Amino acid sequence: MYTSTKISIRDLNVSAGKTQILKNINIDIPKNKITVIMGPSGCGKTTLLKCLNRLTDLYPELRVNGQIMIDDNNILEAKEDIYKLRQQMGLLSQRPYPLPMTIYNNIAYALKLRGIRNRRETHKLVMHYLQQANLWDEIRTRLREPASRLSIGQQQRLCLARGLAVNPEIILADEPTSALDPISSQFIEETFVRLKHDYTIVLVTHVLRQARRIADNVVFMYLGDVIEQGSVEEVFGNPKMEKTKLYLGGTFN
Amino acid sequence: MYLLNRTQRHTVNSTWMIISLLLVALLPFLLFIGLYLKSVLLLHDYSVIDLIFSKTWRPSAGQFGFYPFIIGSIWVTLVAMLITAPVCLLTAIYVTQYTKKYFLRIMHPAIDILAGIPSVVYGLWGILVIVPFISRYLGPWMGIKTMGYSILAAAFVLSIMIIPFVLNILIEIFRAIPVELKEATLSLGATQWQTIKHVLVKKALPGIIAAFGFGLARAFGETMAVLMVVGNVVRLPKSVFDPGYTLPALIANNYGEMLSIPRYDAALMFAALLLLAVSLFFNLVMHFFIVRYNKY
Repeated sequence: MYTSTKISIRDLNVSAGKTQILKNINIDIPKNKITVIMGPSGCGKTTLLKCLNRLTDLYPELRVNGQIMIDDNNILEAKEDIYKLRQQMGLLSQRPYPLPMTIYNNIAYALKLRGIRNRRETHKLVMHYLQQANLWDEIRTRLREPASRLSIGQQQRLCLARGLAVNPEIILADEPTSALDPISSQFIEETFVRLKHDYTIVLVTHVLRQARRIADNVVFMYLGDVIEQGSVEEVFGNPKMEKTKLYLGGTFN
Repeated sequence: MYLLNRTQRHTVNSTWMIISLLLVALLPFLLFIGLYLKSVLLLHDYSVIDLIFSKTWRPSAGQFGFYPFIIGSIWVTLVAMLITAPVCLLTAIYVTQYTKKYFLRIMHPAIDILAGIPSVVYGLWGILVIVPFISRYLGPWMGIKTMGYSILAAAFVLSIMIIPFVLNILIEIFRAIPVELKEATLSLGATQWQTIKHVLVKKALPGIIAAFGFGLARAFGETMAVLMVVGNVVRLPKSVFDPGYTLPALIANNYGEMLSIPRYDAALMFAALLLLAVSLFFNLVMHFFIVRYNKY
């Protein structure tokens, strides 16, 4: 099946002072697939993810150069409407950070930012997104409780639902299961596999088995360089680079 | 070798801890009881309601109306908080959310120096700067005749005194909010201001209330600086440009002077009791709000 490229990163360099965090990154991320970015800690995975929705703007010490094309728009150009841009992507971080509101309002707030204020529609959509994130059945009676009372696994799925509620095309996930128990992790993984038909998913992880289980496409990074990228069969089945082989063999983390 | 075996040492240690805990926990009660016993002479002859709500203060004639002092204290405290609260909140937000990190490193010592200045100095500064400013410029500009020594002057001086304390707490509170929460909100497409208004302030609300409560308690009990600029006139203030008199100032100005009138001594003790009761009340109210907003 032919797949088009959703995000293409060209010659991306990020540095903080004298340290270069990302060196000449070139990656193509295909549409409606799960692309897994893996690599040992400190290799720049998270920074790369933050470049994609320009959260790098929060850190004035970071210098970002290069091109990130999403549907033919270079998002690193200053003229891009950054709020619209961020709404094209749902973000899932390492640990869940629910907003200090009720469960219901966590989703409703995202809808409000998207411009939906009609009560009935909000109602319908809150339910819809909670179902999409595989959470509705567990919490349907608790919608007015503070979100912080949910378990960590539930909170993470709530954050996913919240990310989906801004109607994005892309889901960015930064080690979303690293703080979760196995059951909750499995929930998230299943949800991702189901969601990839409608969304382009970029997942950062250092759980190799997770990458093998759900990835379509794999990017292996090491110390700010992209070492190897390709389909999951290629990279896991027949790695070309020495470093990739060592990493997959568990020699270094 | 130890004198005692491990179990015995454990008993000794935990006994000490319990004793020190009891000491701290009992101190407010002991203070309360002590002040009550000292003011019993007054309470014997007058009802508490009368004391609190009657307006005439003539100790030589046996008339002890605390109402003007209570109202004076409340006015000064509230006006001071009206100045302090927005200034502190906005400064804390600006310093933690909008400026670069080195700015905070410069600000911190400046704030700490302000916090360390003795209150007499603030009082003097009030007399030299604030009082003339109000009597010569602010009053005439607003068409009000005032001698400068007023509720407003006291509130100004007070707010300058408590701003460093409240600001320091608020800055710490805003810095304690994880940056990921901010990132999560921004990633939904919220603007920086929306993030601050709907998420960060809400997350910090229990802390903000606690900080303001702390400032309020300090303002209410502050004696010296207020005494120097408030005017010390026993009268119900009609506007912030009128002079007033506060409870702490009453005690500080008169204690040790007119003790020949036996009830006077008791009356001053009763003023202290009132101060304690009001601080306790503030504390309880703050606690209620903190518990209420802490659920998120």
